[in-house]
Amino acid sequence: MIYIEQLVTSFIASAAFGIIFNAPKESLIKCGVSGMIGWIVYFALDINGFGTIFATLMASFLIAVVSQVFAKAYRTPIIIFSVAGIIPLVPGGLAYDAMRNFVENDYSIAIALAAKASMISGAIAVGLVFSEVINQVIRRSSLGPVK
Amino acid sequence: MENQDQTFEVMRACLLAGKIMLQSGAETYRVEDTMSRMASAFGIDKTHSYVTPTGIIFSVEGVGPERTKLVRISDRTTDLRKVAMVNSVSRKISSGEVGLEEACRLLGELEQANLTFSFYLQLAAAAIASGCFTIMFQGSWLDFIPSMAAGGIGYFLVVYFHRIVPVKFFAEFLSSFFIGMVSFFFVKFGLGQELDKIIIGSVMPLVPGLLITNAVRDLMAGHLVSGLSKGAEALLTAFAIGSGIAAILSFL
Repeated sequence: MIYIEQLVTSFIASAAFGIIFNAPKESLIKCGVSGMIGWIVYFALDINGFGTIFATLMASFLIAVVSQVFAKAYRTPIIIFSVAGIIPLVPGGLAYDAMRNFVENDYSIAIALAAKASMISGAIAVGLVFSEVINQVIRRSSLGPVK
Repeated sequence: MENQDQTFEVMRACLLAGKIMLQSGAETYRVEDTMSRMASAFGIDKTHSYVTPTGIIFSVEGVGPERTKLVRISDRTTDLRKVAMVNSVSRKISSGEVGLEEACRLLGELEQANLTFSFYLQLAAAAIASGCFTIMFQGSWLDFIPSMAAGGIGYFLVVYFHRIVPVKFFAEFLSSFFIGMVSFFFVKFGLGQELDKIIIGSVMPLVPGLLITNAVRDLMAGHLVSGLSKGAEALLTAFAIGSGIAAILSFL
């Protein structure tokens, strides 16, 4: 039940972000799909105790893969799909908690939370890069052996 | 002589395409790639471009002396539809479907066109997204409507403040401050349950998602200057949002 709730809300949220970013009308559904896939992977891994950072890494990797497939199939720039998908993974909650602890003068907790938030941002970046690198390796190797 | 005129026209078309893309939020790599592809489709193979978020320098080695032009980009918005449309124009140019005159006309029309969704639709999207994010971050359904309201107000204010105050970070600071205040009053008057979830959900439409993605992609493509400056912009935006919320939290 909770998974259905998450699937529906993440689909709507990602598609709504497509509207905020003025994505083409026909790509809104695809924005929603890439965001939904990413979020459900993140959610499932996180809830089953794989750790937030690993979950973020896998989700952003998958979003990049899905976006690349969409970009190739529909001949549109890849950022249209990946941006809407990445948004839910941004560690807004952690950053908020960190800020709150800073304000309440709990600096040690705040620093720990801020470090975790920046680790998660790093995981998003690494996931995106990883899929791009794999994509380029596939493209290069299909051109035949490198001399 | 005619050849020199044509070189000028090609440069004009390439720079126009680059300018539209950069203003609409495309990655640096895509802007450079599109400009050099367009130029080579028009028969100019040797081009050099240097693209940063605030300007494009484009130089062409054609007939006669080498020419260089500079375009300043002063304001940037997010309009992914324009990026996709310039992209498809450049595809058509590469495949030879569209000639130089036609390309100039199409790009000129694109620059003037206003293809964005209506503001009220975007406002509604921001409100709905905020509500959904509250649920996604394990908030209760009772907080759905409060965070929709707070997120909608926040998005409206960031657009409104940006219109009267040209400093983007100040607009973001003020609107996240108001988001915090509205959420606080919702909880205080018993309309909302958890303050944290409402604030996190309704702040999401302000999060610089496009900047973060573009910064990473630019850095990886080797555009270090653009990547770092976009990263700095994203960081400043995050800081503005965070301090707006912190200002509210310090009153609690």
